[in-house]
Amino acid sequence: MLLIPCPWCGPRDEAEFHYGGQAHVPYPEDPASLTDEEWARYLFFRDNPKGPFAERWSHAAGCRRWFNAVRNTATNELVTVYRAGEERPVTAASVTPATSVTPVTSVPSEPRPASPARPAFEDEPVQGDGGPGAEPPAGSTGGPLVSGRGGIGKGTQPFRLTTGGHADRTETLTFTFDGTEYQGHRGDTLACALLANGVIHTGTSIKLGRPRGIFSAGVEEPNAVIQIEAPFPEPMLPATTVELYDGLVATSLPGQGRLATEPDPARYDAVHTHCDLLIVGAGPAGLAAATAAARSGARVILTDDRPEPGGSLLGAGEHLDWVEEVTGRLDTAPEVRVLRRTTVFGYYDDNHLLAVERRTNHLGADAPENVSRERVWRIRARHVVLATGAHERSLAFADNDRPGVMLAASARTYVNRHGVLPGRHAVVFTTNDSAYAAALDLREAGVAVAAIVDTRSEAGEWAERARAAGIEVLTGHAVTGTAGETRLTAVTVAPYGESTGQREFAVDLLLVSGGWNPVAHLFSQAGGKLRHDEALGSFVPDTCRQAVEVVGSANGAFDLPTVLAQGAAAGARAVEAEGYTAEAPRLPATAAQPRTTPPMHVYVVFGASDAPRFVDLQRDVTVDDLARATGAGMRSVEHTKRYTTAGTAGDQGKTSGVLASGVVAELLGVDVSALGTTTFRPPYTPVSFATLAGRHRGALHDPVRTTALHEWHVARGALFENVGQWKRPWYYPRGGEDMEAAVLRECAAARESVAFMDASTLGKIDVQGPDAAVFLDRLYTNMMSTLKVGMIRYGVMSRLDGMIFDDGTVIRVAQDRFLVTTTTGNAAAVLDWMEEWLQTEWPELRVHCTSVTEQWATVALVGPRSRAVLGALAPQLAVENDDFPFMAWRDTTVAGIEARVCRISFSGELAYEINVSPWQALALWEALYEAGAPYGITPYGTETMHVLRAEKGYPIIGQDTDGTVTPQDLGMGWAVSKKKPDFVGKRSYARADTVRPDRKHLVGLLPVDPAVFLPEGTHLVADSELPAPPVPMLGHVTSSYRSAALGRTFALALIKGGRDRIGERLYAPVGDRLVPVTVASPVLYDPEGARRDG
Amino acid sequence: MADTVLTAPPRSPLSHAADRLAAATRTSGGAVRLAELPFLTQLNVRLDAKGAAADAVGLALDLALPLEPNSVVRAGELTALWQGPDEWLLVAPPGAQRDLESRIREAAADEPVSVTDVSAQRTTVLVTGPRARDLLAHGCPLDLHPRAFDAGRCAQTTLGRTQIVLVARDEPRAGFWVLVRSSFAGYLADWLLDAATEYHHD
Repeated sequence: MLLIPCPWCGPRDEAEFHYGGQAHVPYPEDPASLTDEEWARYLFFRDNPKGPFAERWSHAAGCRRWFNAVRNTATNELVTVYRAGEERPVTAASVTPATSVTPVTSVPSEPRPASPARPAFEDEPVQGDGGPGAEPPAGSTGGPLVSGRGGIGKGTQPFRLTTGGHADRTETLTFTFDGTEYQGHRGDTLACALLANGVIHTGTSIKLGRPRGIFSAGVEEPNAVIQIEAPFPEPMLPATTVELYDGLVATSLPGQGRLATEPDPARYDAVHTHCDLLIVGAGPAGLAAATAAARSGARVILTDDRPEPGGSLLGAGEHLDWVEEVTGRLDTAPEVRVLRRTTVFGYYDDNHLLAVERRTNHLGADAPENVSRERVWRIRARHVVLATGAHERSLAFADNDRPGVMLAASARTYVNRHGVLPGRHAVVFTTNDSAYAAALDLREAGVAVAAIVDTRSEAGEWAERARAAGIEVLTGHAVTGTAGETRLTAVTVAPYGESTGQREFAVDLLLVSGGWNPVAHLFSQAGGKLRHDEALGSFVPDTCRQAVEVVGSANGAFDLPTVLAQGAAAGARAVEAEGYTAEAPRLPATAAQPRTTPPMHVYVVFGASDAPRFVDLQRDVTVDDLARATGAGMRSVEHTKRYTTAGTAGDQGKTSGVLASGVVAELLGVDVSALGTTTFRPPYTPVSFATLAGRHRGALHDPVRTTALHEWHVARGALFENVGQWKRPWYYPRGGEDMEAAVLRECAAARESVAFMDASTLGKIDVQGPDAAVFLDRLYTNMMSTLKVGMIRYGVMSRLDGMIFDDGTVIRVAQDRFLVTTTTGNAAAVLDWMEEWLQTEWPELRVHCTSVTEQWATVALVGPRSRAVLGALAPQLAVENDDFPFMAWRDTTVAGIEARVCRISFSGELAYEINVSPWQALALWEALYEAGAPYGITPYGTETMHVLRAEKGYPIIGQDTDGTVTPQDLGMGWAVSKKKPDFVGKRSYARADTVRPDRKHLVGLLPVDPAVFLPEGTHLVADSELPAPPVPMLGHVTSSYRSAALGRTFALALIKGGRDRIGERLYAPVGDRLVPVTVASPVLYDPEGARRDG
Repeated sequence: MADTVLTAPPRSPLSHAADRLAAATRTSGGAVRLAELPFLTQLNVRLDAKGAAADAVGLALDLALPLEPNSVVRAGELTALWQGPDEWLLVAPPGAQRDLESRIREAAADEPVSVTDVSAQRTTVLVTGPRARDLLAHGCPLDLHPRAFDAGRCAQTTLGRTQIVLVARDEPRAGFWVLVRSSFAGYLADWLLDAATEYHHD
């Protein structure tokens, strides 16, 4: 959301503003002198440039001032703002942001490491003794292969290490997966608890139905997407992100889940927050940034999607004491907020970021009912540091989807973080150094690592270290195939690029590393550009115009000292830019590492068989599918994505996106750097609609506006009609009446005796100042300056194009003061319209407009007996027609309440509108009800109001008009002044288009059969038999009712040349019938107006 | 008018919600306090801030109308809220509207000034307590941190899905005034009560 700097109020959310189109388009000096073409150019033509554009905006929800802004239409940046009436400032062609935040790029302060990519996760992979995983599980290295379903049963957790990891082994949680009960520990994810129980097969693929298993340890998971069944059904959750709780019930899925059919009982909410620095990701880089900023006094927010900070350090099992110390300091630092279990999922304009915090999921049935289950954080940050890490990439080799194939660093995480072995016998398949640390840690934890298969011909010091640990390293080799059904049983290996010389390893685990993809999603959403890093073989952040820095492995830095230094420097820079003093953080000392060997960039691996090589596991997209796409002529990854659906699943291609780009590049014979990636869009991970809706659902979905009499209407059983956000009584059924019966009764009461309605929703605007009359003369089509104090005039407002915009009454309160009423739905729009003209075109007019809609409650008292009822309650008021004529108003007291009584009628009957303070509205209403009882006074709703006015041919703006209708079209030429030199819309009434004789006129329609009801919207045709299409349409029904007074149905309609057709027979296609109707005057009841004065 | 006889006590827009607001205050253990301040006098005043009327009105009210956007000036029981470069909202205890209006009009004499009684246009909800800012932050996009919105600040903005005038009271413990259009008051009360559920103290 843009942050728009109101020239008065300062930066505010875009949602507080209304757009007003091109600026500096002045109203012509003398519209009457313009040709139709010149006038049309003013009315309808606006510039539409690419680049800086001067526009008008109104701070509608704030100070209501109109101002001008120069916005770059290509980038959506606001270049500058200036007050109405000021000249457009000179702005450079190159755009600078309007806010004072200085954009910085993602270029790190440290030189980019010359060494090739290597994960940040390891600095001391071989522990001397006592390190994580030092104690192997029961039995010696290895053990029997197990099936993917485990099946070992309840409570055993045979793959759980006795020490190591962060699982709280003192707390045992019971959960159910696919009907079998298992046990895990607090701190587990569902995936890790399943692995601890020997379960790796967690579902079948969506298209091919192949068994699939846990593939990763995080949000990138493509396979292990499960359904939570209890306590509340939730589909498609990666088991790698579901925190275990007691009583969790989950099932595997055939590629897609099931939405709950009952309403979600949980609460969801949102919080707006602001900070100097938002750090996304609490791994080593993010923690370093946070600790540099923590004591500065700046407002800092640190988010991480896991329950605890540490990020990759937890997976590597390194520097955990530092993590703990830093976290403790952050948790107690004033102005620092650490948001755990919080995923930043969207990065929008002006450093506005959305995050979702999962607050009670992990508590299961213990979740407090009053606490929101999930919360959306709406964060506005002066600076953002993205420390979002990197995702490991897979490789496209034959049968690479079997349960037991797992990303190497993920397996390492299960061992080090959770104390769980993902298998017993493993082969490691890699193209880079990072998988060696995983192999060494797994071996240390007791997994039999049969071989490290490295596509590189040389693997350098890491290979030496692995061999020293007793692991066979096969350089220049690749995995060419796998075997196994619900779990991997064997891996076939051959020299890289060859089909001969195969070896087979009987293993239940295959670790894969095809390299690393910096998590650049948020940076890209922010408008940042990515560039291809040759050394890394992936795409890294380049530049961005927002105030954001990217650090650590998200920035392509994979050695821990660089990662920490980048984080600390970025954190310090951000708070210092805001005037705070950063402190030099204590960073952990890192041990020397084996020298790195450059990675090899491999995407597709040659395989002997014709087995599928999967690219996108969640969408079942293979190398062959991508080959079909390129064969069909697709040349862009955006096209192959849509052709094959690769990257469109819930995981959004986190592990497969760059792989897909690499495969397509190979197929096309181009370099992957030229091909790029597909576009990253929010949300980074799926967010449920319930979470996004927050508390804005049910009764709070949209504001409900009520009058001071609302409770009375409810108590009397009124049914309500929504008019804008207002709840208006629609009708008041009595004793089982349907709407038709109730409305006929209410109409009869108004026409024959007395009835009353709550008219408080009408918009009311106080217009004050010496130039008030001049102002209204310019805005209304009719003359207002001649109105006498004490009198009322009906008025029509049109837009510049002459089309009716609103209507209402104008009361002259004093020489320099008027009270204007608007239609219920248009009150805010009319006030905005008035302010727009006053502030942008006529600032010289001394007049002010103030909304007083709720300052008054209004009761319409209608019918031949209304005078008697009013007279009884207003002893000081002379109510006779001569004393109190039509279209006059009087201040008096009614039922002892100060009141302004207006003699206005929207029904043709003798009628009054009584205005009182809403604080006394109920007392007035009840007094009227009591005083009217002898006459059977009847409350009526909007439906009866509509019938009564339609019988008299009074249009309702917005129902009988649609923005294409002039006052003349409605037969209200009498409301258009011929005397005024100009008013808004006047010039348009002389346009050729508005004087066409075949314009649609408002007329009445009487079905020949008086019982036939025409649905609103019904078209009218000339002939009794439909000609071949296209059928010439003459117009349509705008209002249609049953009339008690007429004893028949009737309608209003807009008909071409309608006033010249009165008496003609037309036809209305209703269903498969052509209903004959007669065109009539719109005034069907009391055309001579005899009833108005009682 | 002297002969006005009120037949019933006035009813405020949130009189029907008073019990629920009080209950939410109790349930929160004092973390948030919610109550309607009904019937406050509210006058919309429009005049040229640079003209003679501004000084004259200031003298008559013994209060300088604030010229800094979104700021509040308070003198005794009278509070003036900046609403725009030529617009203020005067807030005073109930029943003062006529006296205030006539004082302003007399002070302005022939200078153009618009005064409109808007006492019933909006009602006022008092939001206080240690968690008041947190409660408002659920629906208000403004930065409510004391560094950005402390005593003496006001703003026309949104809360939930309705427009409000938000006022930070002089003393931190005095919390906030939330002025809301009367027709939206029921919605706002429901919204606040729902948001306050989070702060139930059991």
